[in-house]
Amino acid sequence: MNTLRSANMPNPLLPIRISNLRLIKGDRAVLAGVNLMIDEPGITVFMGPNGAGKTLLLRCLHGLINPDQGQITLGDLTVADSRDQQAMVFQHPVLLRRTALQNLAFAAPGIARSEPQRLIEALESVHLADRADQPARMLSGGEQQRLALARALLSKPALLLLDEATASLDPASVQVIEALVKAQSTQGTKVILVSHDQGQARRLADDVVFISAGQAAERSPANQFFIAPQTPAAKAYLAGELLL
Amino acid sequence: MDAVTEAFRLIIALDADLFEILWLSIRVSVIALAISAVISLPLGTWLAITEFPGRKFCILLLNALMGMPPVVVGLMVYLLLSRSGPLGWLGLLYTPTAMIIAQVVLITPIIAALSNQVIENLHQEYSDTFYSMGVTGRRAVVAYLVDARYALTTCILAGFGRAIAEVGAVIIVGGNIDHLTRVMTTAIALETSKGNLSLALSLGTVLLALSLLVNSLVIGVREYAAKRQYA
Repeated sequence: MNTLRSANMPNPLLPIRISNLRLIKGDRAVLAGVNLMIDEPGITVFMGPNGAGKTLLLRCLHGLINPDQGQITLGDLTVADSRDQQAMVFQHPVLLRRTALQNLAFAAPGIARSEPQRLIEALESVHLADRADQPARMLSGGEQQRLALARALLSKPALLLLDEATASLDPASVQVIEALVKAQSTQGTKVILVSHDQGQARRLADDVVFISAGQAAERSPANQFFIAPQTPAAKAYLAGELLL
Repeated sequence: MDAVTEAFRLIIALDADLFEILWLSIRVSVIALAISAVISLPLGTWLAITEFPGRKFCILLLNALMGMPPVVVGLMVYLLLSRSGPLGWLGLLYTPTAMIIAQVVLITPIIAALSNQVIENLHQEYSDTFYSMGVTGRRAVVAYLVDARYALTTCILAGFGRAIAEVGAVIIVGGNIDHLTRVMTTAIALETSKGNLSLALSLGTVLLALSLLVNSLVIGVREYAAKRQYA
């Protein structure tokens, strides 16, 4: 779990290859044959309208959902084999009914035993060192999400997945989270985040995957995507039109 | 009115008979509770987080057993422990041990079913995060038990309330023998039938006080947990 990574090391979970991924719910294909290859390090943002399948695709990548058809490989590994090199931060952080510090200690018992100082450093990195002994669930929403991110980063994951992790958070928390995500990416962690926030995507994204109707409709470098999106759906989305 | 006055006199005077009965009642119920907790908490947790064919039926059965009439439990344990029963050779019938066994049988489904519900709710909340953190097996079970500690405490106290107030099963397997298996509930039944209302009333008062204490503890634990967002 504690894979020490550096920016110069090739990321073992790249490239990420998603081939003909299908997921059926009821009589509807919510992922309708996604084909995608992500081979660059940095931050990839999944964008798209509600119900397009962004979160489902992220959950498939993490192994939380088994697709009905198709294949995902990360480097030479399957999703299951890569699980201990991945970490995910959910939209609504789930913290244990313990103190902030105990939450970190539970996530990384090895570190808690051998390098307890790292847990404090992790709290410091999200500006929560002074809250170490507070019950985690009494922290504000933004503080809880920062703690969830610190917990996810303890394992030094090769792939960090964030599912709308900053939705409805206070600007200060968003700033801390974005800075940490950027720093993590610079250190060699591949980051994939789902976001509806175009401003955030512009601030963070190296490349954007536009998901529409259960498919990866477009993948472009971020600057290109925001200036000249290739698909009509992406143009309409960026123009703020309602996509049904 | 005389009976009520006499009842309070017995309590205030720390009447030896009264406190012998009280002590046995508490001893039997606490031992039964401890044994039952060791069985029912892991059972309830395991049923909450493990998928296997027939799991729903097991939960249904557990819920049904919660309402099992104490006299039926008493009869089953009696048949088991009676001289001609499969465990008759142990010679446990009409002993406090038999009463403990009956109470364990009676409250285990209650604590297991209640804890199952508590852990199932927690499992729904934690499962994605635990999957993501690679927390499985024994580590997950321990985490659920630790995180649900306050809710589980109230389940255990509910079991204690049921055990201490129970009469049907313990009278069948204990026999209500003076200085040996006479507990509060069986003594109340006997003394009432004999017309000795003062002792029955004093025992009833103590039983009521115990029930109030247990319920106060339940509320206290809940409030403490809610205050610290541990509920």
